[in-house]
Amino acid sequence: MDRAGMSLEIPVEGNNFSAAGEAASRVKKTLLRLGIDSQLVRRVAIATYEAEMNMVIHSDGGKIILQVDEEEIKVQAVDQGRGISDLELAMKEGYSTAPDEVREMGFGAGMGLPNIKKCADRLEIKSVVNEGTTVVMGFKYQP
Amino acid sequence: MNLKDVQRLLQAEVLTGEELLDRIEIEMVCGSDLISDVLAFTKEKTLLLTGLTNPQIIRTAEMIELSGIVFVRGKKPGDDVIKLAEEHHFPLLLTKFPLYETCGILYSAGLKGCSELDTVGRG
Repeated sequence: MDRAGMSLEIPVEGNNFSAAGEAASRVKKTLLRLGIDSQLVRRVAIATYEAEMNMVIHSDGGKIILQVDEEEIKVQAVDQGRGISDLELAMKEGYSTAPDEVREMGFGAGMGLPNIKKCADRLEIKSVVNEGTTVVMGFKYQP
Repeated sequence: MNLKDVQRLLQAEVLTGEELLDRIEIEMVCGSDLISDVLAFTKEKTLLLTGLTNPQIIRTAEMIELSGIVFVRGKKPGDDVIKLAEEHHFPLLLTKFPLYETCGILYSAGLKGCSELDTVGRG
């Protein structure tokens, strides 16, 4: 199977809760179609879903970019919006700035970024306040 | 134990997926009202007990391949949620028992939690 060079870009709308999860769902289906191991797909799907929910909850929208190459599966979540002012705090389990209506939906427990860290083999977060955030997640074929 | 047995034990109403109930074997159960916890601690083929009734719970189920959802406390989801589950051929049950009692009934009947089945090979 030739995995090299496959890439997919999916737009994500900020604050659109009914569509939230569609990008992660497309990423999951695409990877399964490529014949990638289901346990690895599961890790990618969970991390992508958390990243997508972060974009829906906290940003003005952006895109999820999936790249599949020989070394790893790379998912980038790139958004425009208010950014993350204290990244160290945002990485802490249980810390959340999500509004009450988001919490009522079962999100905003402060576990999004920690969950992503747990699922991904590589995680880079770049954020500029009032500009946006880029989350880069790498997943290896052999852990 | 299959989902039909779960339905009987919980005296649950079937919201969708009636035809699937006796075909779906349940080994593990998770009770939670936090989506991130479900994503972090649940394994594949798990039955979820929850009070969350928004459409995101179905997306969550799809993402991590849950076996089914039992809504607790008699909290019935909207028609949009039931329809979304129908499209994914995903069974939904509704019980009047609160979360703690629902967990207790299933645990006493022999169903384990996700942490207890950590050692089970799941590929």
